[in-house]
Amino acid sequence: MSNDITIHVIDRDGITHTLSAPTDMNLNLMELCKASDLPVEGICGGMALCASCQCYIESSHNFPQQSEDEEAMLAEAFYVKENSRLACQIHLHSNLEGLVVRIAPEG
Amino acid sequence: MIKTDILIIGAGPTGLFTVFEAGLLQLKCHLIDSLPIPGGQCAEIYPKKPIYDIPSHPEILAGDLVEKLLQQIKPFQPGYTLGEVAISLEKTEDNQYIVTTDKGTRHCAPVIAIAGGLGSFEPRKPPIKDLEFYENKGVEYMIKDPEKFRNQNVVLAGGGDSALDWTLFLEGIASSVTLLHRRNEFRGALDSVEKVQQLKNQGRIQLLTPAEVIQIEGTEKVESLLINHNGEEIKKICDAFIPLFGLTPKLGPIADWGLEIEKNAIKVDNSLDYQTNLPGVYAIGDVNTYPGKLKLILCGFHEATLMCQSAFQRIYPEKKNVLKYTTVSGVKGFDGSHKQAQKATIKSIE
Repeated sequence: MSNDITIHVIDRDGITHTLSAPTDMNLNLMELCKASDLPVEGICGGMALCASCQCYIESSHNFPQQSEDEEAMLAEAFYVKENSRLACQIHLHSNLEGLVVRIAPEG
Repeated sequence: MIKTDILIIGAGPTGLFTVFEAGLLQLKCHLIDSLPIPGGQCAEIYPKKPIYDIPSHPEILAGDLVEKLLQQIKPFQPGYTLGEVAISLEKTEDNQYIVTTDKGTRHCAPVIAIAGGLGSFEPRKPPIKDLEFYENKGVEYMIKDPEKFRNQNVVLAGGGDSALDWTLFLEGIASSVTLLHRRNEFRGALDSVEKVQQLKNQGRIQLLTPAEVIQIEGTEKVESLLINHNGEEIKKICDAFIPLFGLTPKLGPIADWGLEIEKNAIKVDNSLDYQTNLPGVYAIGDVNTYPGKLKLILCGFHEATLMCQSAFQRIYPEKKNVLKYTTVSGVKGFDGSHKQAQKATIKSIE
């Protein structure tokens, strides 16, 4: 579909999964990964309350600033790096075409 | 040994509502939960978040939903084993099941309803080398007995309510309290944040931010911590290290009960009664899976309702159960209460 974008998700074994994502369904990256059977838990359902969907952004896309909730959650998460984000807070939008993310270790 | 009709594992919304549906069929229930309070995820992860898809509640806070469910099931006097994890499931010769918890509490019932959500809540452990070696040797994830820390040098880590609350509490007990967090901002009740600030200003606690523990040292037990404080490595002598990074659910021992598991969930027969591959063991709510499964509270309520009908037939195979509407029969509690619709007045007008 013309509205779809392509997103590359690298799993914990280093395998890249190329996913086609609709941008007109108000989806976030955590939901897309779960729907694609990738090992992203999303325990809290997308409220930035658990960090079980932490990922690292490996492409140079521009993102809006993190919300306070996301910042606070990442401050209590493990294996956090400069490029850490919560996948549930990344809304799939046409400007994310070609996004590359790596799923963070469990914890 | 605790005996009941339906033993429910998991006291989240689905488990709680099971008590109501079972009660309408005059079946008694007992709930086991690893958390010290009922409510499951709604109580532990998001009590202050509004839910918008509970039928007839345009908006309800998760914590309020739990309160209302507790109120609804009160007449059915459920038993609770809280703060304990169901570890093992055994079948007896007379078709009963025995469930034992990590603290050795034994429960016996002809029907087991697993309403365990994503599993039992366990502390999130920071990735520090040899952390597990020091567990119970100075490293604790939950404070069960604060007295244990009397006259000790304690270091707490975390940025949420539990880290703040325990810092405040232990300050009066321990010889010294140090709180460290990866950033300067804390996410907790304003009152707690202010009190911790006050203690820091008075020099009664040490606050290290941004900081994190990178290594634990000690031959037999925790003796000191290597801490990265603002980019600088410092050594902190202490007796106890308490990382408080919240809880996360793990399916845990249930996975070894001989139940068919698919994608970390228990497979059930959804065309009939949500029974698992073990007769008399049902799985309802977020813990189960079947074609078309949706992990929604309202679906858990539906599953609990159908499951109770099947449980009744299993417990009383000779009795025929006829669906009764609460609008007609009311709700008869085990506590002697009887809620019923008011009878219309029929009186002639002369």
